[in-house]
Amino acid sequence: MNRQLGRIGAMVLVLFGALFVNLNVITLLQADELANHPANRRVIIREYAIERGPIVVGEEAIARSVPTEGGQYRYLRTYPEPELYAHITGYYSIVLQRSGLERALNEELTGRTTEVVAQNLGELLGGAQRPGNAVELTIDRRAQEAARDALAGREGAVVAIDPTTGAVLASYANPSFDPNPLSSHDTREINEAWAPLRDDPDRPLVDRATGELYPPGSAFKVIVAAAALEAGDDPSRTFPNEATFDVPQTTQNISNAGRVRCGEGDEVTLQTGFRRSCNTVFARLGLELGDDVLAAQAEAFGFNRTPPLELPVAASRIPLDQDVPATAQSAIGQRDVQASVLHMAMVAATVANGGQLLRPHLVQTVRGPDGAILRGPDIGRWEEPPADGRPVSPRTAQQLRSLMIDAVTGPGATGGSAAIEGIEGGGKTGTAQTAPGARPVAWFIGFAGDDVAVAVAVPDADGGGGAIAAPVARAVMTAAIRD
Amino acid sequence: MGDGPRATEARLLVGAVLITSAAGVLLGWSRSSELPPAALVTGIAMAAIATVAHLTVRVPAPDADPILLPIAFLLNGLGLVFVQRVDLATGSELAAAQAVWTAVSVGIFCALLLFLREVRVLARLQYTFGLLTIVLLLSPLIPGLTAGVINGAQLWIDVFGLRFQPGEIAKLTMVVFLAAYLERNRALLSVATQRIGPVLLPAPRHLAPLLVATGAALVIMAGLRDLGSALLFFGAFLAMLYVATGRLAYPVLGIFAFAIGATVAYQLFGHVRVRVSIWLDPWADVAGSSYQLVQSLFALATGGLTGTGLGFGRPQDVPFSATDAIFVVIGEELGLLGATAVLLLYLTIAMRGLKIAQTARDEFSTLLATGLTVLIAFQTFVIIGGLTRLVPLTGITLPFVSYGGSSLLSNYLLIALLLRISDESRAAVLGRSTHHGPGRPRA
Repeated sequence: MNRQLGRIGAMVLVLFGALFVNLNVITLLQADELANHPANRRVIIREYAIERGPIVVGEEAIARSVPTEGGQYRYLRTYPEPELYAHITGYYSIVLQRSGLERALNEELTGRTTEVVAQNLGELLGGAQRPGNAVELTIDRRAQEAARDALAGREGAVVAIDPTTGAVLASYANPSFDPNPLSSHDTREINEAWAPLRDDPDRPLVDRATGELYPPGSAFKVIVAAAALEAGDDPSRTFPNEATFDVPQTTQNISNAGRVRCGEGDEVTLQTGFRRSCNTVFARLGLELGDDVLAAQAEAFGFNRTPPLELPVAASRIPLDQDVPATAQSAIGQRDVQASVLHMAMVAATVANGGQLLRPHLVQTVRGPDGAILRGPDIGRWEEPPADGRPVSPRTAQQLRSLMIDAVTGPGATGGSAAIEGIEGGGKTGTAQTAPGARPVAWFIGFAGDDVAVAVAVPDADGGGGAIAAPVARAVMTAAIRD
Repeated sequence: MGDGPRATEARLLVGAVLITSAAGVLLGWSRSSELPPAALVTGIAMAAIATVAHLTVRVPAPDADPILLPIAFLLNGLGLVFVQRVDLATGSELAAAQAVWTAVSVGIFCALLLFLREVRVLARLQYTFGLLTIVLLLSPLIPGLTAGVINGAQLWIDVFGLRFQPGEIAKLTMVVFLAAYLERNRALLSVATQRIGPVLLPAPRHLAPLLVATGAALVIMAGLRDLGSALLFFGAFLAMLYVATGRLAYPVLGIFAFAIGATVAYQLFGHVRVRVSIWLDPWADVAGSSYQLVQSLFALATGGLTGTGLGFGRPQDVPFSATDAIFVVIGEELGLLGATAVLLLYLTIAMRGLKIAQTARDEFSTLLATGLTVLIAFQTFVIIGGLTRLVPLTGITLPFVSYGGSSLLSNYLLIALLLRISDESRAAVLGRSTHHGPGRPRA
């Protein structure tokens, strides 16, 4: 009988061994997969049991957690001014997960890493019920409201940046949406709010300030001018004055707006060409510089790279290798050149601060529940080898600054409607064609002293940058100027 | 405390009580920094019960195995703490009843050891036990006694207001019957005279009573939709048959018969098909039929290596977390480490049980110990394997840990029988008298 008993013992060992191996597979190998399974509410219930920290603008919370009465989720996330800040805060949803800063700063807001939330070790080690951290933003409420009000319901986006720090003072995109129903605890309410937003042809969920690219049009002339100045040209350098520039190797010639000459005389200076936004001057200049120099200058300004904002940002684009007709089009910000509104605001800020391309940031401070500052703003040049965050020399920056001031205040300036009395402001308009016959994207990028730099884009505009975008920029800059 | 098995047992019992008390305190602290008095009650009650049990065992079974009772006690204590844990999460009030059942079960455990001084007595009553098995199994169908259909099966009776599952005891009486029958007919069953295909089998008249009794029990269990019990019982039956005859053909044929039976059951019963489809693809209906399995997997995955800590899991998300699925709660809150520790406790019971079978004084005792050990080991495997999707999930209890009085009582009785057998064999070695009558010495 001992032999049989031995075999039964071996059998028991095999069965228990199988149990042990299987337990290891579930608790270790498949743990992440199971934790992230859509049917698994455990991690999210734990997370919702934490009093998530508020997102604060000025003194007011634009996203905060309020305790619920009963229900399996202990705190409800609410947004008191939903549309104004939706693209910044994002939503915090049991169905859709998270977006915006709710997603990007989740660990700061919950006050613990995701792994700790999942396992609840924080409660064991650090005492139960520690609330999350408060995140204070660099956003200036008045500038943000001014952006919304100035766009007045039109599709478009505004970004304002403090040129001395890179702090984002306003980032508003229209259309916007209400994150409150998406952050509800009621799955049906979420789905009923989500479907129309997702299917809306106006795409309200797209953040046009950071996530959308537009051809910059004449606003790109700032970068072309920068390349010329860096190459040794002077603002007083002259070009032939013509209404249309005969682009080599193509029948698609480039004309000035209205097919008129660039002011009086047979010759025109770079400064005048910039002030009057003459395409003939810049197409000629672009071809003279060549596609390599243009692309290199644009990349020095951060094209073809993703700006390190806390939110997801689309990288502005310029092709590295272009033929002659394409280079001429790129030199006036058309065809294959594409930029985000945020990025163009960074370009304006670089001119305003003397040539430093700064890291854009939304977070001013992260504060613990006791009020202690855990983290300050991320201030500094955007250095990402080979780029050193100095796209132009201080001298070039000074010359560009003068050109842009002239383009707002000079005779025949395109950006006159952005001028603010008593402030040394400058800028550059843009009116970019997207498709033959389609309405243009109206641009304005500019600055007011060293208080604020701004970029405005209004796609599908019923006018040019000077008429449509410049007044919006003026309103936002006026609101942002320090008292 | 001195030396010898009882001193070892006393030390291990102290350990079991300390671990249980610590777990109770940890659970209390998970809810408030001031320890609620209830957190200490578990430890004190368990200490008292352990003292009684240990002092009792010393008298009628001084040489019995020293490991089994402390392990049973530790599992029982952990079970009490985790039933409390589930109470906290779901608002149920099961812990007090489970504590009462613990006291009652240990009381009956002591009584069995005191009154059953000789395990062979049971062998003489083999047909009584056979009949008792059938009566117990059928008792939930008796009007006036039945507790009705609960969770889709009619397995419970109400006695003086207490709910009891007689099938739990029937497993033991059936194993006693089988051990006695197999001992008596061992020689005949070992000799093959009939050929069916490539397999040699003994004459039908020797096999018939066995097949009839076993078949009847299996049919009743299947008919009552207690597939888990049927499976356990069949496993124990095959193991005992194999040990008795030494012929591998029996378990092989048995597994073959099981496959046919399972196929038939799959065709006949919708609930069997559902069980199998849940096992094959639990993700097809996560909110419906496979909810329990999927939630079990989520709970274990949440626990990870070290667990969420006692009191920090979500047992309310797993259906039947105090009974069938209690292992999952342990896995979530104590992690892979805690779950493995529990597995090792059961493995130790199994290995000690087989050792007792090996050293038992006569064939009846060997067969009985084998059946009892396989019963508890296989039960552990089926429920844990079911909750972890190793095998299809059938609702049975985790021995000693799950909430449920009948299960607790039957498992304590099972341990009492193993202790009795081990005491007799050790006593024989030591030359101590145990009033042993004539029995067949082991081969």
